[in-house]
Amino acid sequence: MNALSRFFRRLEGPQTLGRGPGFWVGFLVVLAGACAYPLFSDGYTVGNTVYFFTWIFMALGLSLIWGYGGSLSFGQTAFFGIAGYAYGILTINFGAAYGFTFVALLFAVAIAALFAALLGYFLFFGRISGVFLGIVTLSITLVLERFMAQTAGPEWKIGAARLNGFNGMSNMPPLTLPWPGGDIVLYPDVQLYYVVLGMLVLVYLGLRILVNSPFGNVLVAIRENPERAEMLGYDIRKYQLGTFVIGAALAGLSGVLYTSWGQYITPSSMGMTAAALPIVWVAVGGRSDLTTTLVGTVTVLAVFQALTIHGSQYALVVMGVMLVLTVLLAPRGLIYALARLVARPFSKRASNGQPGDA
Amino acid sequence: MDVGTLAFSALYQFGDAFAFLVLSACGLAVIFGMMGVINLAHGEFIMCGAYVTVSAAHAGVPLPLAILIGALVSALVGAVVEILIIRHLYDRPLDTIVATWGLSLIFTQGTLIVLGSTMTGVGTPFGSFTVGDYSYSLYRLVLCGMAVLVIIGLYALFNWTRFGVMARATIQVPHMAAALGIDTRLVYSLTFALGAGLAGLAGGLYAPTMTLVPTMGTTFIMEAFVTVVVGGADVFLGTAPAAAVLAVVKATMTSWYGQLAGQIGLLMAVIIVIRVLPRGISGFLLRERA
Repeated sequence: MNALSRFFRRLEGPQTLGRGPGFWVGFLVVLAGACAYPLFSDGYTVGNTVYFFTWIFMALGLSLIWGYGGSLSFGQTAFFGIAGYAYGILTINFGAAYGFTFVALLFAVAIAALFAALLGYFLFFGRISGVFLGIVTLSITLVLERFMAQTAGPEWKIGAARLNGFNGMSNMPPLTLPWPGGDIVLYPDVQLYYVVLGMLVLVYLGLRILVNSPFGNVLVAIRENPERAEMLGYDIRKYQLGTFVIGAALAGLSGVLYTSWGQYITPSSMGMTAAALPIVWVAVGGRSDLTTTLVGTVTVLAVFQALTIHGSQYALVVMGVMLVLTVLLAPRGLIYALARLVARPFSKRASNGQPGDA
Repeated sequence: MDVGTLAFSALYQFGDAFAFLVLSACGLAVIFGMMGVINLAHGEFIMCGAYVTVSAAHAGVPLPLAILIGALVSALVGAVVEILIIRHLYDRPLDTIVATWGLSLIFTQGTLIVLGSTMTGVGTPFGSFTVGDYSYSLYRLVLCGMAVLVIIGLYALFNWTRFGVMARATIQVPHMAAALGIDTRLVYSLTFALGAGLAGLAGGLYAPTMTLVPTMGTTFIMEAFVTVVVGGADVFLGTAPAAAVLAVVKATMTSWYGQLAGQIGLLMAVIIVIRVLPRGISGFLLRERA
């Protein structure tokens, strides 16, 4: 019981903004609002909202790797794509009966995580730091995109699943809940909304516990000063690798949800533009905190979609401008800066400031 | 086919790969080696050089001059970018990557909006010649020669000119250089412009051989990244040998299994190299020398 309460006390701590009853009341209000939201909306709009949600996992994973761990990975979309394709291949071959889609989800995420572990071993145990890590991971996702784009021929198939080159795979079954009296097929609608919302709350709270645990503290210590963390006796390579794998698994989860949401996945989901977008969400929101990342991702996605209606080309330019301005004017994120501003009058420790992430 | 033509074919492919790696990487390498900044908009500077070159060529400027104009315009854009953005971020290298990526998005999409999805290119000059059963493009040999010239030119610039001395002093101990009266900000601006100009040169040189699309930069950057990562921070001891080694890998893989296999081979090579030599070839060489 004692251990359990200590576990839950880690929901708040030095590594997360937002603590005290005020924050949690707000959290519950938002959660209640999110739960009630489908009652006031139609299935199509709710399904569209799920689309936003699917990306948040990848953003939270990137926040963990980049914001908390200080290692900039540009290759999150590689894991996104790997898991998405893996889900497609598995479900097209084995169907959706007996809840297999959720088994496929787990397998797909595991494959992405395994790939990340292999890659991360070479990167972190080769002590690849900051800048190089970014460009190596970016190169990998670009090569993966090109590889998938040339798989158009009929010889590129795994079991019954054709990879279809640049056009991508489609028509895989969506996530399906086995249910007495008929399976529930989770099309982009209210049911899928609740399933994904549940996952999101679990992942968010789980990550809060993770970053406030000793693991998270060491992670932040590594971000602040790798040499110092190492001198204190921590094998930073293992911590970085662990973080990288968790982040990759979350990106993979995004990939699976995206694939099952739209029932398609294309190589361009691993391309240059796709790889840039998670960076935009996380940087603009405020990478060094889970809550600001979450809020930032939803906000930027909403802005992006609103702009896309008027022309997606312009929307990408706006994303680029937003990224440059954020880096120049609010290096720790726009939402982060706003949150600090709002929280200041209520916080006793306002003058001390947060541990920095320069 | 006899041994001679086979050897020539292998050499030609090696030279082609080497030229591509050197030309696409040298701009990135100069900026990284000097300032520790990775310019993710590198591909877009290449694209800029290619577009300007082709526009100039369409306007009737002879191709060599058009390529030069392309390089100069890229350098100018580079200088503006340095003054507006990069200058404020020197103490935050990771943020520079992010900011230059934002720039890359803006440039790519901006070009797409303003100039449309494709642009009429110019034909590859010089025609071809035949050795044995195969015909080869003469222009590729010119590119190979240009790659060697660029390396020699950079070596001369950094070792035999006043700018080179000031630049090297600035890399080694910036505040000391500043104390000796060197305007380090100007040196940084000029270096960034030089890197951007080299990228533009690569774009201009390759413009006649490829289709002009706003995303053409991405065809170069992966190779450029890999070469810089394998080479490490020094342009001469790093980029050139790295390009030579990688060109062997790329040419071999490409001739066996095709273009994509060449790229995958490069990627495998880079992952293995960073595991063994984390600071790249130049880091290894310099440590041995020291």
